[in-house]
Amino acid sequence: MQIMNPVLVKEFRGRMRTVKMPLLLVAYLLVVGGIIFGYMYLRYANQVFFRPGESKELFMMLAVLQLILIAFVAPGLTAGTISGERERQTLNILLTTHLSPAKIVLSKLTSSLAFSMLLVFATLPVYAIVFLYGGISPSQLVGVFAMYLMAMLLFGSVGIFCSAWFKRTGVSTVVAYGVTMLLLGGTALVSVFILQYISMHSAQLGNQAQYPEVFFWAALNPVLNLISLFEPSAVMLGQNGGVSAQQALPMQPTLYFGLVYIPISALLLFFSVRTVSPIKKKLFSRTPKRGEEAR
Amino acid sequence: MIRTVNLTKRFGKFQAVQNLNLHIPKGSVFGFVGPNGAGKSTTMSILATLSEPTAGQAYVGGFNVIKHPDKVRQLIGYMPDFFGVYDNLTAVEYLDFYAGAYDIPKEKRPALIRDLLELVNLSMKADAYVDTLSRGMKQRLGLARCLVHDPQVLILDEPASGLDPRARIEMKDILKELKSLGKTIIISSHILPELAEMCDTIGIIEQGQLIALAPVDQIASRVAGHRVLRIRLLDRVEEAHAQIHYFEGVTNIEVQENDLLIHYTGDEASQVALLAKLVQNGLPVLSFAEEAGNLEEVFLTVTKGVGS
Repeated sequence: MQIMNPVLVKEFRGRMRTVKMPLLLVAYLLVVGGIIFGYMYLRYANQVFFRPGESKELFMMLAVLQLILIAFVAPGLTAGTISGERERQTLNILLTTHLSPAKIVLSKLTSSLAFSMLLVFATLPVYAIVFLYGGISPSQLVGVFAMYLMAMLLFGSVGIFCSAWFKRTGVSTVVAYGVTMLLLGGTALVSVFILQYISMHSAQLGNQAQYPEVFFWAALNPVLNLISLFEPSAVMLGQNGGVSAQQALPMQPTLYFGLVYIPISALLLFFSVRTVSPIKKKLFSRTPKRGEEAR
Repeated sequence: MIRTVNLTKRFGKFQAVQNLNLHIPKGSVFGFVGPNGAGKSTTMSILATLSEPTAGQAYVGGFNVIKHPDKVRQLIGYMPDFFGVYDNLTAVEYLDFYAGAYDIPKEKRPALIRDLLELVNLSMKADAYVDTLSRGMKQRLGLARCLVHDPQVLILDEPASGLDPRARIEMKDILKELKSLGKTIIISSHILPELAEMCDTIGIIEQGQLIALAPVDQIASRVAGHRVLRIRLLDRVEEAHAQIHYFEGVTNIEVQENDLLIHYTGDEASQVALLAKLVQNGLPVLSFAEEAGNLEEVFLTVTKGVGS
């Protein structure tokens, strides 16, 4: 399969050509840079020393901020892709060409992901400055970007699915943001409830009791999972304290995140393709009866 | 080239198309006429592999539209009744996009796009953004888009709707040119006379049922059950009236000044006999011709019964 297929070329052309695109990039960098540099200024302006541990906090803040911005950008970019074609009355024409529905859906996703990646990578200089202050290992940096990629894929797939499923872009956008917010906030809320519920019904005495089950919910939360790159206890909702307790986690959080969400994203994309296809192949096709073919 | 066998499409309880049987030979132009909502667009979208029939089969170029949609898509150029264009693209880029979508090699595209724009008279708008084009121009660009992969069959759903008279004529000219290139064209309209000029065969559809199917010059007689002969005389109209009146197959005679409009159910041989008789009797016949028929009237007659 060639890398630059026509849909991709057209999407890039359309997207990069408008004034909107540099403006969005500027606005994004202003938000990220403004918050981080503002924080740094307030923090260090009257200080003659700094502790690397504090700069870790700064980095964490930047990482979480970026993730939340991704959660705003990714569904917004994808939620109108398919429904937009439908509303513009161009989807049908597109489907009569040689482009398969899968190619159309994946190209739409790729072009949106490429754009959100551009936004994220454009903030690298900000990371570089924060990185200068130390306290962060390169592997943590890689982990952060791996999380971003997975989050973009997830939020992007949610957006694409909504846009394929709902006929109108308006509805699709609202639902896509709703689901994204649920993933961001809902999972954290549920895991807190679970922890409270378990500890309420648990017979164990003393406050040292631990409930590793909570991990499986809490690690589904992108923000908590991201924080756990720096503070592993985040995915245990602070149950086992310090960094050294990493061993006690049932699984590496980033890996767990990928194991759950990459298949979910793939499934969402699969169903998007199916929804877009005008002629649906049976999911579980039985072999045609004899004579059926001949008719 | 196009064949449908008992094609049926239901949307819930609504019967959009019922047992439609069509056969459109290669190289002919088929006009699909019917009021809005009669099932023309549904049939066309099935042929364009965009929707599945509830029952029955449809074939394009011998390929079943459900089993081999890819093969069918290679053969057809489809223009829906309403379609949009992408903003932020110029006419050339627009066509280049679809050329890419049809896997046409990059190096062949510039020449192809130049030719297509030439064909639809849009060469001067090559670098204009498509959303700045007028409705007629967009429609023509859409037609050029259909032709990008040089399809053998064109499925055009109301290509002239919403166009001003001049744009209609331009569209008609382009279609005539395409016909001369040997394309099989299926074209729909809710206006019969508009189609009559360019089609070989006309099919009238109403409420999902094909109610008339005939070559364009016969559609009027087929539908009405009789043909209309217009005989123009220099004079002696009354005399001619009296003679024709007793001729077999004549059901009604109207007099319009020196013209006689004759409703006639006989075949062509007896038509010759009628003319011969008039001439033998020394009547001054100026012209003797089959009236193409008032197609508008035919259309109304045909579609009247089914709806009520």
